[in-house]
Amino acid sequence: MLHAKYKTGLVFFPAFDWAISPTHPEREERLLYTQDQVFEEGLFDIDGIIEFKPDLVTIEDVQRVHFCVPDVCNVMTESHFISAGGAKTIGMALLDRKIERGFALVRPPGHHAMRVVHGARGFCNINIEAIMIEFLRQTYNIKKVAIVDTDCHHGDGTQDIYWHDPNTLFISLHQDGRTLYPGSGFTNEMGGPTAIGTTLNIPLPPQTSEEGFLYTIENIVLPIINDFKPEIIINSAGQDNHFSDPITNMNFSAQGYAHLTRLLKPDIAVLEGGYSIEGALPYVNLGIILAMAGLDYSRVKEPNYDPASIRQKTKVTEWIKQTGEVVLNNWQQKEKIKSEILNAKEFDERKRNIYYDTDNLIETQIETLRVCSDCSGVLKIDSSSDRGFRILAVHIPRKACKDCKEIGYRWYESEKSDRYDFVFLQDRTEDQYRVKKLK
Amino acid sequence: MIIGLDVGGTHADVVLLGNEGLIKYIKVPTDPTDLFTTVLSGLEKITEGVKPERISRIVLSTTLTTNAIVQKKYSPVGMIVSSGPGIDPEVFCTNSHYYPASGSIDHRGREIEPIDQNQIKAIAEHLKEAGIQHVGVVCKFSVRNPDQELQISEILNKSFEKVFLGHQISGNLNFPRRIATTYFNAAVYPIHRKFFEAVRKSLEKKGLKVPIHILKADGGTMTFESSIDFPGQTILSGPAASVMGSIAFASDEEESLVLDIGGTTTDMAILINRVPLLNPMGIQLGPYKTLIRSLETHSIGIGGDSAVRVENGKLKIGPERKGHAMAYGGPVPTPTDALFAMGIMQEGDRERSVKGLNSIAAELGIGLRDVSAKIFNLACRKILAEAQGMINRINSKPVYTVHELQEGYTVCPKKMLVLGGPAPYFAKHLEKLSDFDVSVVPGWGVANAIGAALARTTCEVTLFADTERGFVTAPEEKFTERVNKDFSKKDAVDKAYELLKQKALQRGANLDDLEMEVLEELQFNMVRGFYTTGRNIRVKAQVKPGLIHKFNSVADWISSDSGRLCNSL
Repeated sequence: MLHAKYKTGLVFFPAFDWAISPTHPEREERLLYTQDQVFEEGLFDIDGIIEFKPDLVTIEDVQRVHFCVPDVCNVMTESHFISAGGAKTIGMALLDRKIERGFALVRPPGHHAMRVVHGARGFCNINIEAIMIEFLRQTYNIKKVAIVDTDCHHGDGTQDIYWHDPNTLFISLHQDGRTLYPGSGFTNEMGGPTAIGTTLNIPLPPQTSEEGFLYTIENIVLPIINDFKPEIIINSAGQDNHFSDPITNMNFSAQGYAHLTRLLKPDIAVLEGGYSIEGALPYVNLGIILAMAGLDYSRVKEPNYDPASIRQKTKVTEWIKQTGEVVLNNWQQKEKIKSEILNAKEFDERKRNIYYDTDNLIETQIETLRVCSDCSGVLKIDSSSDRGFRILAVHIPRKACKDCKEIGYRWYESEKSDRYDFVFLQDRTEDQYRVKKLK
Repeated sequence: MIIGLDVGGTHADVVLLGNEGLIKYIKVPTDPTDLFTTVLSGLEKITEGVKPERISRIVLSTTLTTNAIVQKKYSPVGMIVSSGPGIDPEVFCTNSHYYPASGSIDHRGREIEPIDQNQIKAIAEHLKEAGIQHVGVVCKFSVRNPDQELQISEILNKSFEKVFLGHQISGNLNFPRRIATTYFNAAVYPIHRKFFEAVRKSLEKKGLKVPIHILKADGGTMTFESSIDFPGQTILSGPAASVMGSIAFASDEEESLVLDIGGTTTDMAILINRVPLLNPMGIQLGPYKTLIRSLETHSIGIGGDSAVRVENGKLKIGPERKGHAMAYGGPVPTPTDALFAMGIMQEGDRERSVKGLNSIAAELGIGLRDVSAKIFNLACRKILAEAQGMINRINSKPVYTVHELQEGYTVCPKKMLVLGGPAPYFAKHLEKLSDFDVSVVPGWGVANAIGAALARTTCEVTLFADTERGFVTAPEEKFTERVNKDFSKKDAVDKAYELLKQKALQRGANLDDLEMEVLEELQFNMVRGFYTTGRNIRVKAQVKPGLIHKFNSVADWISSDSGRLCNSL
């Protein structure tokens, strides 16, 4: 009989009755063949692999992370409450020591959902990892968290949410933004002025294969994580780097994903993208689960796997090595860059247009951060979309200093203009969320 | 008239039922080394003075196959296992003659790698040299496409007495369980066959030429003839017999918790409107997980004869049984002795009970009355806690659709039915300690045999359609047909019902008792590129476990005359 080396929790929620639209990649059928493979392999019978029923997240859980416009229920479906709930269930099981590792094999995904949510972008409405992390911070008093996003697309939503948080290390490995949605995630995107260096992007060239991914994990990601010393490592485990994925251009494999998992040793993995539903997902998920449980995965191979035919070119290898050096250098220089910025100005502003491809809407944002030397700084976001809503959102971070907290409340209370439909306040020091309707 | 016989650990219960009700019941001691004599003497005694032609049905529930597996007393089996990619099949090794082989089928039933004929021939040679007669063949995903199992079987057939194929035992996906279940079927086949052929011959000699039905772990029956290919389905039928015996007294509008309190263990199950809850995967026997359909039951080591002792200043009950209660000459005090000491039970040696309990009382520094109450209380509380645990486990089982998660059915029984030896003594106290509305199953002493007698034939059909590839199949039923793109879920359900009806009748069901239902129906649009290319449909249907209609009056009769029965059994 098989015994897992690490007690591993699984939430499997394939949402067999939910789709973005009937022929959308994010449809009912997506995890059907993964279910078949997982059932046929008898994974849930293995001693030390435990399947959990997902909890639902609460509206408060969502409001701890997002500003939903006009409100939470309008941007979420039932399935989002469950998929985020599945991640939360795994997080709780881990910190209650029911399991040593866990994998939330859930859909829909979340890593393109940013702090302000007007609708769906990149198939995501709410950020299920961030909702889990902030719940764990609130409930179990976790401080330092590392997120390694191995989805083929840049995890721009997670990046946005943790852009100003020096206690969350976010590293994204993805296909170069010049060749793939969402078009961001370059090495110079390193976080806001008070959190420089805890956002790191490693864009990889198309046709990156096992060699390139594993090189990056071993030589760039792991040394940085060791340096950062997180309490929990989370893997946003997108599976669309697979050579058979229909919407990307990479050459990764089930063996590669399993090996990556063994190297990274995430405490929690959360499924993100991956749309080769027959040729990749059944095998990649099997490989990841076995690797998490510390079991042998050497025989997990997709039917048309031929390592020789997907071996990466020397040029690709060289490119990856150079990118890695830039990232490592940025990480090492982060304190120096930060000290230069901190003295420069009191407020920092970023203006952005954010495109929601799934719902086809455009959001315009002006974000103002107080560049504080005592905490990561209070921030406000003036956000409007071409759907018509305009809101002002104030975020007071968890470890905000007294001044920042006061400023946050002042921003919230003094805003009375009917330019805004709503003013929101997210006070993480008190775990509070307030709404003011102005129109 | 019908006969029900249920072999237990200490004795076999036998009942004779007629249209007018329970005509006769007896108990004969079980000889675990000679179950044949036990069964036969039970059948002989119950039919004494009864004209053979008046008997229309015999249902047997025995521990034959369970004992064989637990004691590993069965003949050697050869296993040929083809896995394709995934977990190394070596880890599922069942026995010494276990051979992983090449060949591979994927989740949609497509052949990825052919079998190697020469390799199978070589394995067959090894098995023959080892003197093996029975072989199990299991391929991964054979329930989606049985061709490779059939090809291997073709090569083997001439050389072996019987070959068992994995796809024929269940339509469920689970390769390791398919291996274990096929192995058990092959392993107990000779014992099962020999035993029931001998029973049949003996009965025929007495002029009893009725079909013999055998009780399964899912609370249903099958005829001896159809059991030949699936003897493993008879393991652990004992708990099912008790549950079936309580059905007639359960509410048909409410959920009930059934407790069978025996000497060694208490078995629990759930009835939902008189239909027992099934375990979705299959029975577990010791460390072996199988695909054998069974009721959802939970067994704990607390019964009337559980050993009572003090450990580190704390009172402990069970899980071991050292013998009878002291009141009946046993070696150590038990909950039954506590009942004697409290004066609740009589007709035993109360003096011996008191003597045993006094030593426990002294250790705890309390009096006899307190210690007796404490023991009884603890036994009841442990049973209730385990029952709640089982209900919680059932309700925490994962579901895979938004609808089920939101509207999902949760089990919350308010009624409790108690049966087994000490049932009436426990019932009152269980009610006092809980919110359950507790009643004792009438005829509680032989309800298990009544349950066996009245259980209907059950079975299950799993159907899989893939309209992109253009077929519908139920390999377990040897059924495959070409279909068009417009084959719908409704067509699939109709087909499943048709196959289910055929199967049930063939396994001994009456047309009157075909209460069929769909357990699962899923349909997925298959999209390749941006176009819908077909449908992937999965349907599972079953004949619900329940009682045969013809003898409804028996249940009514037992129920109405319950006072007399309770007093007399």
